Amino acid sequence: MSTSIVILGGGTGGTLTANRLRRLHRDDDVTITVVDQDDDHVYQPGLLFVPFGMTSVDDIVRPRSRQLHDGIEFVASAIDRVDLDADQVHLADGRMLPYDVLVIATGARLVPEETEGLTGPGWMDTVFTFYEPAGAAALARELAAFDGGRIVVNVVDLPIKCPVAPLEFCFLADWFFTERGIRDRVQITYATPLDGAFTKPSASEALGGLLADRGIEVVTEFNTGEVHGEGGRLVSWDEREVPFDLAVVIPLHGGAEYVGRSPGLGDAVDFVPTDEHTLRSKVAPNVFEIGDAATVPTSKAGSVTHFEGEPLVANIEHHLAGEPLEPTFDGHANCFIETGYHKALLIDFDYETEPVPGHYPGRIGLPLLKDSRLNHLGKLLFQSVYWHSLLPGRDLPGVGSAMPTAGKHLPTRSKEHAP
Amino acid sequence: MTTTTIAGVAVDTNDEGFFTDPTQWTEEMAPELAAAADIGQLTDRHWQVLHFMRDEYFEKGTGPTVRLLGKASGVSVKELYQLFPKAPAKTAARIAGIPKPRGCI
Repeated sequence: MSTSIVILGGGTGGTLTANRLRRLHRDDDVTITVVDQDDDHVYQPGLLFVPFGMTSVDDIVRPRSRQLHDGIEFVASAIDRVDLDADQVHLADGRMLPYDVLVIATGARLVPEETEGLTGPGWMDTVFTFYEPAGAAALARELAAFDGGRIVVNVVDLPIKCPVAPLEFCFLADWFFTERGIRDRVQITYATPLDGAFTKPSASEALGGLLADRGIEVVTEFNTGEVHGEGGRLVSWDEREVPFDLAVVIPLHGGAEYVGRSPGLGDAVDFVPTDEHTLRSKVAPNVFEIGDAATVPTSKAGSVTHFEGEPLVANIEHHLAGEPLEPTFDGHANCFIETGYHKALLIDFDYETEPVPGHYPGRIGLPLLKDSRLNHLGKLLFQSVYWHSLLPGRDLPGVGSAMPTAGKHLPTRSKEHAP
Repeated sequence: MTTTTIAGVAVDTNDEGFFTDPTQWTEEMAPELAAAADIGQLTDRHWQVLHFMRDEYFEKGTGPTVRLLGKASGVSVKELYQLFPKAPAKTAARIAGIPKPRGCI
């Protein structure tokens, strides 16, 4: 009898998991099925560049089905729910898929309606988000016509996908308006619920310095309670206000809706509780997670998803063979941070190691925690690497799953200080 | 890690004043921890949040964020900010004797 692996979600995690598994199972002893509600695979890092006219939505979307290797079945349907007791997925079109192993890779969903006023008057008029294609495209038209005033970039609350993207938006906006010759007429404010520019203290310091250099005002510990699009102001829960002419808001995130409809599967905001080292769910032994859908305590980012691929697939194989799983995933994350003016900064960290200066992946490599032209080129090249190496599930030369330490200026490590 | 004396008992805390071992906490310590966080008399509503924080911590290994508190504790986000001004999840975690919630990654 053949083994059935069902993968929910045909984005970064689902695609690279399917392709890695297919390489291990060339014959038909294992069937691999990927389910997604549409056939549009968005290269999400590209969304940052759409508002500034540096790319277009058409250039960052490709068919999901075409990224999957031969022998993998693609099912285009929304998901109604997962029945953990019966090992079955119920699709919205009425079909039922039984599974031996289930991989949840349906990512995170934007829930702007959870913030009072955010999708009310002014939404897509004075209040935008660039975290989905339609919003990013609308913002491109708005920024091209913007001739001065107050722009606020606001993160409502964490977790969000790619927590550096809102900062990158600030840097690129500074550059964009400088190039247009009207920077002196534009005030850029970054309002964050954190007590600094970023979640990790060392990077927060470096990024905070860059924001100050660019004349970007930072409002910290700002927990957005209400958005008044027409009146042009954000109001925090502790009743502080930030006025704006144009707001770029990163809405609250939750997991996929079907998670909430599946008894016992998700937490209160529909993410799936996951063991942070084995990537097996905490809800059933034959259910695994990859990417933004999981609760693992690291950034929700494509690089994390990529680094999870190898340990995840190894553990699915262990599970199928009846062997114990290996706790190998270290929380490795690696983010290029666009700072404008053809430069970018690179950070690399894991569950226990803060982003530190040095070079990546070894002594000779890209500079860490420092802006450089080389990092910007790295970020640009990455789009091609994404479609041609990362999604096919290939190991990238010199870039392993585990966080490298060779080129880093690390303090003496002490378990006492581990988070 | 440092040792702090609260309600006459020595407990382990980290640099930011969060308990590193929540089993060292007792209810008698809460008023003193609340006073240190500029919160006066603890009401039933405060206690509802504090008990919820501890239950969540022992069940899930981390305390809830404000958003999760608002959804599941029976106290709305607006009221949370009235009970524990500025940073409700952080302040309540401090008073409930659990580590800082890991929501911020």
